[in-house]
Amino acid sequence: MTITASRAAAERPPRKLPRLAVEGAPLLEVVDLKTHFKLAGEVVRAVDGVSFRLDAGEALGIAGESGCGKTTTALSLVKLLPANASIVGGSIRLHGIDLATKSDTAIRRYRWREISIVFQGAMNALNPVARVRDQIAEPIVERLGVDGRAARRRAGELLELVGIPKARGSAYPHELSGGMRQRAMIAMALACDPAIVIGDEPTTALDVMVQAQILELLERLRERLGLSLILITHDLSVIAETCDRVLIMYAGRVAEEGPVNEVFIRPRHPYTQKLLAAFPNIQADRRTLDVIPGSPPDLRTPPPGCRFAPRCPMAMAVCTEIVPPEVTFGDRVRVACHLYPEGSTGEPIPVPAAATVGPAGAEA
Amino acid sequence: MGVGSEAAGPSGAGSGAGPASAGSVVAPAGAGGAAPAGDRSDELLRIEGLEVHFPIRRGALDVLPGRHRDVVRAVDGIDLTIRRGEVLGLVGESGSGKTTTGRVVVKLTAPTAGRVIFDGRDVTDLRDRAALRDYRQRVQVIFQDPYETLNPKQSIGDFVAEPLDVNGLASSPEDRRRRVLAALDAAGLRPAEDFARRYPHELSGGQRQRVVIAGVLVMGPELVVADEPVSMLDVSIRTELLRLMLDLRVERGLTYLFITHDLALAWVLADRIAVMYLGRIMEIGPAGQVIEDPHNPYTRALVSVSPTTTPPAAGERAQRTILVGETPDAAHIPTGCRFHPRCPLAFDRCRTEEPPLFDVGGGQAAACWLAEGGRSLPVLPPVPATTPPEAVPGA
Repeated sequence: MTITASRAAAERPPRKLPRLAVEGAPLLEVVDLKTHFKLAGEVVRAVDGVSFRLDAGEALGIAGESGCGKTTTALSLVKLLPANASIVGGSIRLHGIDLATKSDTAIRRYRWREISIVFQGAMNALNPVARVRDQIAEPIVERLGVDGRAARRRAGELLELVGIPKARGSAYPHELSGGMRQRAMIAMALACDPAIVIGDEPTTALDVMVQAQILELLERLRERLGLSLILITHDLSVIAETCDRVLIMYAGRVAEEGPVNEVFIRPRHPYTQKLLAAFPNIQADRRTLDVIPGSPPDLRTPPPGCRFAPRCPMAMAVCTEIVPPEVTFGDRVRVACHLYPEGSTGEPIPVPAAATVGPAGAEA
Repeated sequence: MGVGSEAAGPSGAGSGAGPASAGSVVAPAGAGGAAPAGDRSDELLRIEGLEVHFPIRRGALDVLPGRHRDVVRAVDGIDLTIRRGEVLGLVGESGSGKTTTGRVVVKLTAPTAGRVIFDGRDVTDLRDRAALRDYRQRVQVIFQDPYETLNPKQSIGDFVAEPLDVNGLASSPEDRRRRVLAALDAAGLRPAEDFARRYPHELSGGQRQRVVIAGVLVMGPELVVADEPVSMLDVSIRTELLRLMLDLRVERGLTYLFITHDLALAWVLADRIAVMYLGRIMEIGPAGQVIEDPHNPYTRALVSVSPTTTPPAAGERAQRTILVGETPDAAHIPTGCRFHPRCPLAFDRCRTEEPPLFDVGGGQAAACWLAEGGRSLPVLPPVPATTPPEAVPGA
């Protein structure tokens, strides 16, 4: 990380901070964020008290299954929420400026220029009737007030940066392959030279080989431009390969958070352990998959206490009653689980497998 | 659990891919590994020289004389056998022809050449209605998206009963009901009576895919073609479903053609893996063996980029083989070995001559000139830069 930061500093001139920036404040600090949806008169607690921090040049992965609130968390950062969702609590501080309380007009100053998003499914996110280069140039003209010709020149440079020959900029989205379109999306996210790029399932619909290419590109961009990345994905491998830290979400809350090298090697939270064991891993030579019985809770009526308790093989009486507090250990891993109370050693407690999937004999 | 049979056969044993399990629950003796030539008694499905070529639809300009008409060669000459009780993993990226192969097996796509033999009978041009109905009962398919397969206005019970209704298989309303409930129960949707009355929107993603499986089970099939059955599902749900599929294999003696882009998943589930690229089989063999000792550079590259949750140690990244570019389109298949433009080991012969599948021992075969005579692949040269040099904006 430090290497990354220093290398980046050599390649890109220091960014100009936004006008209201607080001296010495961290790049991004989210504290106790709560984003709720209103659905047919009921409240869905999609994000229910999530805190994390992102430093300059760092890559954070937010992982979890569908409905765990990871995408809502990301969209809350730039307030790109659907009409029935709103931030009901907590703060989102970018350079010390609270974005959570900004109006829709005021937040526009920060979208693209400070935080931009690469969405999943580039085919739907790109305009099918506009040339790729013009689409990338658009935010440059709109947000930075650059004239059209200079913006298109800059768009060409960005295309080259993401590995698309400049000449292909005159193509329409349907003329590009899936991998190329995703590259174009990344180029667009970089258009206004943001500090933070959020990738929402940036590689999900792509073939493994193309996925590997895109991840390599993101990593290279991070090094060269000193970007900070937030990757939202259900695919833990994407995070293992590209991020410094990982935040595992379950049912709107943080289950575990910490350096990738700690969390993925010595997972503590039973959910993290299960999630990792459900992932087939050729490189680790692990040929069985753990089954996690049950499904995530309905967030209109989340269970009291720990939200994973109904599915947790380690659940104790306290788990169904009291919400586990988040405890941070010496290796900078934060866990919300009663197995790891404040003052404990934090030594990972292995969770037994309830059932497994795998070839005969391999699961003994 | 004891459902795998990878190393059950005499030639599959000692592959070094997990403990051998002689006498597995499912596979009859002699299954797994290469069956002796001529012995086809345990074969459930055989595909010979299968080709599926789609002509590209003519545009207005195509009527001009001398204009070249393209053909998409989705499947371009493959041979494949599936033994009774086996799980064969058919792995490939998009455009590899794996889905088309599956569609031919379930007779949703007609081949342009080659034969499909099911249980000793040629079913390629099945015309007889009774025979076709019999085939459709014995061979069933599960598609990727449970949301699109289900009709939102149809109750679960009616959905599962539909194949019975269409084929007139239920002898009475009681028989229909009994069969539907049994299928729901076998698919783990219990209590079955309760689920039969529900509608798709009342179910979770995992439950919907179980409903799809119940709709397959109600026909009492022998072979199930599963095309990416879990790739839309979250990990915690997907393992439950895979577990169900493997349990059913034991309980019902099912045979699976498991089609997936996920090599690691095939490795966990399948007895044998066939790797497809641009309409051809590049490598085939016992799952553990193919992954641990690939004899085709394409397989090796796929293994090296297979997703892992183990964070890379310093310098480890360099050992991956990220291939340059993307799979060419199937209307413009390269000459010689179709993989040669992206192959880090390609030499002159690869550019002109297409390699056949060479037997490399232990029931494994690879379509690569480097595998001729059962040779192993040489160590890869250092990985070249994978993307063109780029300009830093503002620099």
